[in-house]
Amino acid sequence: MERNPLRRQLQIMRKSLFDQGYLDEQFVQLEELQDDSNPNFVEEVVTLYYRDSARLILNLEQALERKPYNFNKLDAYMHQFKGSSSSIGAKKVKAESTLFREYCKSGNGEGCMRCFQQLKKEYATLRKKLEAYFQLARQAGPMETACRPK
Amino acid sequence: MASENDASSSSSSKKLGEDQVNNNKNLNVLVVDDDPLIRMLHDTYLKHFGLEPQVAENGKKAIDLFRLGTSFDLVLMDKEMPIMNGVEATKALRAMGVTSKIVGVTSRGSPCEMQAFMEAGLNYCFEKPLTLDMITFVLKDFNKGDDDDDDTDN
Repeated sequence: MERNPLRRQLQIMRKSLFDQGYLDEQFVQLEELQDDSNPNFVEEVVTLYYRDSARLILNLEQALERKPYNFNKLDAYMHQFKGSSSSIGAKKVKAESTLFREYCKSGNGEGCMRCFQQLKKEYATLRKKLEAYFQLARQAGPMETACRPK
Repeated sequence: MASENDASSSSSSKKLGEDQVNNNKNLNVLVVDDDPLIRMLHDTYLKHFGLEPQVAENGKKAIDLFRLGTSFDLVLMDKEMPIMNGVEATKALRAMGVTSKIVGVTSRGSPCEMQAFMEAGLNYCFEKPLTLDMITFVLKDFNKGDDDDDDTDN
């Protein structure tokens, strides 16, 4: 058991991100790439994800303002967004992306719109949680190894 | 929550992968993907194995590199890219006589789509995101292939 209280708190926070379904195994893959030569790798990747995906979110918002919907274009944007989200282990965001694409394939515009609103909520929630996590990680100091969730 | 066994087995498999790759440090690797996040990730994965990949943003840039005379032993090829996608780029490379190992990486995981990508001339096709285990597999196979095969990459 981790004796350092900050590290203990960090472990608990990390575990809850997995237990509550926000993150999946891919996040662990990122942690395994973090080492002394690359001590902030995970945070850098997540930062790049949010920076890069903001453009895709904007593209989707703009595309959803145009009627009739161009479902091919919507699907193409979401395909890219889903790929990036998968790469950081953003499990709930990825699930909403998958659902959105299904609505695109079936031409369900209302479904797309509803799903997109939910996706943005999940995206924002994950961002807040990860920001808090990384802030605590900086306070706690470097962890020795990546720990796999139960 | 993780047990020490999990952490240590993770370290062991990392070491196995790293040892595997210490044999491959002279490999020239090209990462072809239009997504800067994926390029960064795959670049870091490969550096984790002691490799120094080059990157290209789309299939056309990848082909241009080969046309300039740069040779690569291994190409990680995304499927969906602007200007020239992975299927077109793979077909073009094979038509040019390129015998590098080309590993397709796609977010479109349906068997039909992966099969279509394979038929373009891939050696393997994986669903995104790549994992350390997938790269270990490719590099192990690389060593096996080099042992069995006298063909040289162009």
